[in-house]
Amino acid sequence: MTSSRTAFAAILTKDLRSELRTLQSLPAMALFSVTTFVIFRFGLDRTSLSGSLAAGVLWATLLFAAVLGINRLFVAEREEGGFDAIRLAPIDRSVLFGAKVAALLVYLAALELVAVPIFALFFLQDPGGLGPLVLVLLLADLGLAATGTLISSMAVNSRARDLLVPLVLLPLVVPLMIAATGATEPLLVLGGPSYHRFGTWLMVLGLYDLIFGLVGYAVFDFLLED
Amino acid sequence: MYGKGLKPLSIATVAMLAVSLSLVFFYAPLDGDQGFIQKIFYLHVPLAMTALVGFIVGGVFAIAHLRTDDRKWDAYSYVSIHISVIFGVAVLITGAIWAKASWGHWWVWNEPTLVSFLIVFLMYATYYPFRYAIEDRDRQARYASVFAITAGAFVPLNFMAVRMAQSLVHPRVFATSNGGLPGEMLVVFLCCLVAMALLWVTLVKFELTAKSASGQVKRLRRALDAPAGGGSSRIAPEVS
Repeated sequence: MTSSRTAFAAILTKDLRSELRTLQSLPAMALFSVTTFVIFRFGLDRTSLSGSLAAGVLWATLLFAAVLGINRLFVAEREEGGFDAIRLAPIDRSVLFGAKVAALLVYLAALELVAVPIFALFFLQDPGGLGPLVLVLLLADLGLAATGTLISSMAVNSRARDLLVPLVLLPLVVPLMIAATGATEPLLVLGGPSYHRFGTWLMVLGLYDLIFGLVGYAVFDFLLED
Repeated sequence: MYGKGLKPLSIATVAMLAVSLSLVFFYAPLDGDQGFIQKIFYLHVPLAMTALVGFIVGGVFAIAHLRTDDRKWDAYSYVSIHISVIFGVAVLITGAIWAKASWGHWWVWNEPTLVSFLIVFLMYATYYPFRYAIEDRDRQARYASVFAITAGAFVPLNFMAVRMAQSLVHPRVFATSNGGLPGEMLVVFLCCLVAMALLWVTLVKFELTAKSASGQVKRLRRALDAPAGGGSSRIAPEVS
């Protein structure tokens, strides 16, 4: 039996390499987020944002851009028979869940590396809150990656593939978005970041990550049976 | 096989509902602050509690399905969620009526319980398109169970997050816990809760019975059709 760590590394490397070579998801996600910022600029008719409005625009954009990547997360597995290969391989199936969560985390981090600086450039007058924002992004990405991987793996085997991910994922991440925007809002207020209830919201994010990480890990086995 | 005991259960439910409603209208004291409209509380809150518990129960049945691989539990889980969604519609409607009567608006974003319930309802409303987008029956049952478990874990987490988003800004308008209720109201409320729970159980049993009966009819019809060949729906082969 191949060790889980080797399998994890192999799947993750495979995913990242194929993304690097085909560039199927990432450029689309980044482009989508920039265009969405432009739409918000005119939709809200604001040239600068702060506080709750800034947090809302940032998270709505990141979430919808993430949905693009989540939609495509398992497409290669399905079309090229990767699911069968994983079923045949003598490895623990939860490894696929872990590796896919890790791959999605890398995608989300890459997306944010592009989208957040552009957001700051477009809208923020005082980028002082961006430092602590990294912590919020990291914790929210973890939860988004766990739920996204779970939903994506189910949606890809259904008839209404691209429809199911936004349909099921959006209500599922509402608590995550409440906590993420709650933590982001005081960071982006005019006149420098404040830390009103910052720790509490980080704890909610951590709890969400923990619960859905465990749920995903526990049920993923059943999604691969055939 | 699901129909056993359905009749006494239905009678008990109707009796309990009748008793509870008469208690609500003839025994429970009028609320000093809100007057008559407060009586919708005896309908709204038990409905909401039953629906939420029903969602969780659906998740527990789903765990049983994944553990035993017995399709029976998937049917239980599906019907539990189905009836709870119907209860959820009733909760949202009675909640809106109550909100209009006591606050003057059909919808109030400041009431965390109302908002949490809407989010939970939206989550479970996606159960149907999700379930029926999967064609293979075994896979459908398995994925639906995974959905039910995930959504079951989501219910308490969501309530916590929504409550936290508002609790410091807006005080809780209602004490939904029984601590704030005077004795007579509490008795009536508990009666209503039992009645609603009974109604939920009866409806679940009813739906399961109907489902298993229509499944059996379908199977019998197929068995009858098979020897006759073709897709005709003759009950007996023709005698020449």
